[in-house]
Amino acid sequence: MAFIKITNLKKSYKKLDVLKKISFAVEKNDVLAIIGPSGSGKSTLLRSLVRLEDVDGGSMLIDGGYLVKDGMYSKPADLKNITSKMGMVFQHFNLFPNLTVKENLELAPKLVKKESRKQIAAKSTELLEKVNLLPWSNSYPANLSGGQKQRVAIARALMMDPEILLFDEPTSALDPELTQEVLQVMKQLANERMTMIVVTHEMGFARDVANRVMFLDNGAFVEAGTPEEIFDHPKNERTKAFIAGYGQ
Amino acid sequence: MSLDYIISVVKPMLQGAQMTVLLFFIAIIVSIPLGFLLTLAAKSSFKPLAWLAQTYIYVVRGTPLLLQLLIICFGLPMLPVVGPYLVFDRFVAACIGFIINYAAYFAEIFRGGLLGIDKGQYEAAQVLGLNKWQTMTRIILPQMFRIALPAVANESVTLIKDTALLYAVAVPELLHYAQAAVNRDFTIMPFFLAALIYLIMTVIMSLIFQQLEKRLRFE
Ligand SMILES: Nc1ncnc2c1ncn2[C@@H]1O[C@H](COP(=O)(O)OP(=O)(O)O)[C@@H](O)[C@H]1O
Ligand SMILES: [Mg+2]
Repeated sequence: MAFIKITNLKKSYKKLDVLKKISFAVEKNDVLAIIGPSGSGKSTLLRSLVRLEDVDGGSMLIDGGYLVKDGMYSKPADLKNITSKMGMVFQHFNLFPNLTVKENLELAPKLVKKESRKQIAAKSTELLEKVNLLPWSNSYPANLSGGQKQRVAIARALMMDPEILLFDEPTSALDPELTQEVLQVMKQLANERMTMIVVTHEMGFARDVANRVMFLDNGAFVEAGTPEEIFDHPKNERTKAFIAGYGQ
Repeated sequence: MSLDYIISVVKPMLQGAQMTVLLFFIAIIVSIPLGFLLTLAAKSSFKPLAWLAQTYIYVVRGTPLLLQLLIICFGLPMLPVVGPYLVFDRFVAACIGFIINYAAYFAEIFRGGLLGIDKGQYEAAQVLGLNKWQTMTRIILPQMFRIALPAVANESVTLIKDTALLYAVAVPELLHYAQAAVNRDFTIMPFFLAALIYLIMTVIMSLIFQQLEKRLRFE
């Protein structure tokens, strides 16, 4: 069974249909890249998965449990359990500025998880090492570069041991010279078989790292396939035009 | 002007200043948390409560503190039926007045502080599994206080100066003794001494807040 199965997902703001009966599935260990023009509903889709948005119809089945089934949300305890399997990395990092790097990592596990302080401290050290920021443990986010902030945000999400990580344009707010250090970390996660959904404009990354690419336009998936299919042999005119726009 | 004279004038003034300081601390300690509760009430999704809190803030900020003090000290006891139960010690009445007034100002300051917090902070907290209370106490409040701190400092300095209004409701404080000495000795000196004492208090207050701001820089 697919790890995530989404069927006929619908969402609208007043009269604007943002997601128009979207269906797709994500398998464990997938790296799914979602591409598409601005305003096509990419963020709304990711945010619906972690319940930052409520949808108006359809189903989301995640790791065998329904987040929402035919437009009906599960009961709060189940929702909490299901959403806790997902981590999210935001375009603007959303680090907590009042906490140091280490505190950013450790706050949620300390409050939410049943782990000992020692375990949590060991894990934050390990993850900061992984994203190459151990020397910055006691710094505040204000003193970090954008690339460093995003790597902290990734480590913070990993602290909760998510089954899947969602990335919403993780490098879009970064200066071009800082995107690589973030993409590098994401690439490493992919190599470690982390399941990921990545909304991105980094076509090179989508091509190299993702095993599936989906093109979203105007609230609906226009085309989906392997990176080769989407980037080298797009079938749909809109996909072609969009890819061409990136001068591949 | 002899030193002895200055000492003889300053002594009662310093005693009066104790009232000032006492009022200041009572007002600050009660009105800051009260102000925060008002902020939450004003943002409540329970409309009658939100409306009540907003109206309160609006009315209190829209009318003079002196008038509010006069109403509480001299007006309330004149009310029919309940009046006799509303006669407080002057100082207590003044404290109530200051608390009512300053809570509204602090509420407005904290409201601004909350507006300054990015909604991404709530979202990140939610996705990490924090509940509302944890989000509020660990993420939002510390940031809100940080944003509000300069305004709170300002308001605290104003409060020190506003304590001079005790004079108007006849609670003997700093200014009261200065005025008495001016009338008695026919010299302007006591006023200057009073100004100096106020100045020392406000400078100390500003320094304390400067330190606090430095500590809470999050850098
Ligand atoms: N809170 C909101 N209220 C009204 N419209 C919204 C809101 N959030 C997003 N939208 C609209 O929904 C559409 C999809 O937005 P979004 O999911 O952010 O697109 P993308 O991430 O692909 O750029 C856009 O037209 C956007 O203007
Ligand atoms: Mg977006």
